[in-house]
Amino acid sequence: MSIQRNDWSLQRKGIIDQERHKDRVKEAIRKNLGSIVSNEAIILSDGKRTVKVPIRALDEYKFRFNHQKGKHVGQGDGKTRVGDVIARESRPGSGSGSGQAGQDAGADYYEAEVNIDEIAALIFEDLQLPYLQEKAKKAVQSRKTQFNEIRRTGVIANLDKRRMILENIRRNAREGKARFGDIKKEDLRFKTWEEVMRYESNAVVIAMIDVSGSMGEFKKYIARSFYFWMVRFLRTKYDNVDIVFISHHTEAKEVTEEQFFTQGESGGTVVSSAYQLALDIIKQRYRPADWNIYPFHFSDGDNYYSDNEEAVKLADELIATCNLFGYGEIGEEGSSSYRRSSGALLSIFSDRLQNKDRFVGVRIDDKEDVYPALKQFFGRRGVETPA
Amino acid sequence: MEDREIKELEKAVEQIWEVALRFGLDPYPTNFEIVPATVMYEVGSYALPGRYSHWTFGKAYHRMKTMYDFGLSKIYEVVINTNPAYGFLLETNSPIQNKMVIAHVLGHVDFFKNNTYFSKTNRRMVESVSTHAQRMMEYEFKHGRKTVERFLDSVLAIEEHIDPYFFIKREISVDEAKRRAELRPRDGRYDDLWHLDKAEREARAAAASPASTEEKERPRERLPEKDLLFYIMKNSPSLAPWQRDAIAMVHEEMEYFVPQMQTKIMNEGWASIWHARIMRELDLSDNEHIEFANLHSGVVSPQKGQLNPYYLGYKIFEDIERRWNEPSQEETEKFGRVGNEGREKMFEVRELENDVSFLRNYLTEELCEELDLFVFELVEEEEWTITEKRWEKVRDQLVSNMTNFGFPYLEVVDGDYNGNRELYLKHRYEGTELDLRYGRKALEHVHMLWGRPVHLETVIDEETTVLHFNGDEHAED
Repeated sequence: MSIQRNDWSLQRKGIIDQERHKDRVKEAIRKNLGSIVSNEAIILSDGKRTVKVPIRALDEYKFRFNHQKGKHVGQGDGKTRVGDVIARESRPGSGSGSGQAGQDAGADYYEAEVNIDEIAALIFEDLQLPYLQEKAKKAVQSRKTQFNEIRRTGVIANLDKRRMILENIRRNAREGKARFGDIKKEDLRFKTWEEVMRYESNAVVIAMIDVSGSMGEFKKYIARSFYFWMVRFLRTKYDNVDIVFISHHTEAKEVTEEQFFTQGESGGTVVSSAYQLALDIIKQRYRPADWNIYPFHFSDGDNYYSDNEEAVKLADELIATCNLFGYGEIGEEGSSSYRRSSGALLSIFSDRLQNKDRFVGVRIDDKEDVYPALKQFFGRRGVETPA
Repeated sequence: MEDREIKELEKAVEQIWEVALRFGLDPYPTNFEIVPATVMYEVGSYALPGRYSHWTFGKAYHRMKTMYDFGLSKIYEVVINTNPAYGFLLETNSPIQNKMVIAHVLGHVDFFKNNTYFSKTNRRMVESVSTHAQRMMEYEFKHGRKTVERFLDSVLAIEEHIDPYFFIKREISVDEAKRRAELRPRDGRYDDLWHLDKAEREARAAAASPASTEEKERPRERLPEKDLLFYIMKNSPSLAPWQRDAIAMVHEEMEYFVPQMQTKIMNEGWASIWHARIMRELDLSDNEHIEFANLHSGVVSPQKGQLNPYYLGYKIFEDIERRWNEPSQEETEKFGRVGNEGREKMFEVRELENDVSFLRNYLTEELCEELDLFVFELVEEEEWTITEKRWEKVRDQLVSNMTNFGFPYLEVVDGDYNGNRELYLKHRYEGTELDLRYGRKALEHVHMLWGRPVHLETVIDEETTVLHFNGDEHAED
């Protein structure tokens, strides 16, 4: 029988294995980018740097019973009766349930805390900008000052105190005793700057979305997650990224970001209205000579038949002015096997566009399709700039 | 913690020990360690100090520590079933918390020592797991960390599927006994110096060899085999020696943990009964009494909706004592109980039962009612609803959920299925279906261990179904 107190400060096993776990989390994230890319927690993160994302691949698989089909024993407060409902099953994706009565086993996947920047780095690893052009904007230089040198003389406001103290101690040490004090002029060190010229690159994303009656919550969400990553990605490549938001049904108008993602409208669809507005905006504000232009359009493809001709014509015009024109056609949730053949804009575009080099059309039926779509838009392809 | 406090705690340990013996408890000598939270959570997440490395332990550790850091939950004690036993005390515990923990730990240690399900437990397990860790590390060094880790992922996926009565088999195995007889003279490294008489050894080997050719036929005769881990270790067509060794290590550690899994409710109930009684015997100030009462009620309070094993075990033990102290007229007439045998009966129960038999034999109608136990299930995939309150049904459901420590009962029925060395497992369906998503993934792990196609027979929607996995794709029919 004894009481002991040992030094445990060298005990690291838990921490070491925690690192192993972290490695597994990273690996799992890499493998699950498809579902993470469109995860609500990230898309709606609203500036937060880290978010929690459920990662299925980290489950410890065992042979176990189907919790939902089993009978369980619980304990009440003395007044329970047959027929009492003690908890409700939480639906997948609708946040946390009431967390009662052993429901936990049903939702026991691992929630990893992830850093959005890290995820972004993983996602962007495979992406690149097609037809990136050195635009004339290069002529516009900006001056930047960089403090990158240390000198013995300078403006007293730029005194580098830390270095000064170090020098002082060093000098005192040379003279016999390392200490701080008795500062002389030779101890002083100053930071000095250099002027650097920088060339800025500019890009504008013209985000267009169909807000006609047929575009539901899910479709908007898909468009939103796509734009989320696209804007983030472009910001890593260009110094300035402007985004113009255009929403349209039968008419198009320029809207704010918030309106763009939340507004619901109704009515029919005239796609050409949006393209016309985009062309107008480009003409007025974003000279193709100066700007890299990326128009993207999301719709369910349900355009008025009579407008298709015009839409194709304007799309061709857009393509001629921009780096890459993207068109995403969003299907009904969960209808991945279902493809509409006629009437849909995607097939019309792929048949009739003159200039298909710079056109990318994708079909998205599922959240998981967002990542492949991103890859398709920004995948590796002809990087050379056609004359 | 200051030396003064440690001195005080030492005194308390001696006092508690004496009180425990007076009550009739019979624990192993127990050493207590005062540790910081990080160590507490480490021991807690590995269940034994010094085990091999695996990311799942790191995950558990991280979760426990985070819960602690955010003040969501706290472990007060960890106890290790060895001889002498170890109790870990959190350095931030208050003196009264520590006293209660010490008393509680002695209750556990008494249970470990005396409950029959622990009678075959290796009481030097800490040493064993640290040699396992050493070996596992060597394998990581030789074969790569990733390789060993992936392999362990698969082994751990089926670690619960061992035979709790494995030791019986081990004892009756004639071949094994022969093999050991043959090995015995070589127990020590230099033992062979004692009988340099080579001829004698050769003669012995010759005597043993005819049996070993027959041994090859044996696996098929012994089917069905509940111990998947053991069966795969012995018979898998694809494993390297180090992999079989790794399985053996995991198996040995599971053998050690199985009795604890089998007696969770009893063990906690027993420890709670005794910490309460021992504490009442100590000289506590009024303040200490109040603090203790708070702590104690925290441990044994019912949690709404859930079953608290501490509380359930505690109540049943109390009930046993009462019923054998003051038997009803019916009990006296029917069973010839004379009364005042409560204490004796409690000790008998702690010696002979496990959770399943404990509940089946001693959960009474009155207790079910008092505890307000019920059966609940998911109705129309939406609402968890109470569907049964008749006490016998409740009891039977509880017992059935505890069977095989709450895991599906699987058996190997054929190790040469299709005449092609494929592995055929069978789930002994007893009314609850498998989680198929998990089942398929776990089957992939089995395939990884077996190295050839694997099959699992189970029941889905009341129809017998066989899940197949051939290494590339799943199928079922």
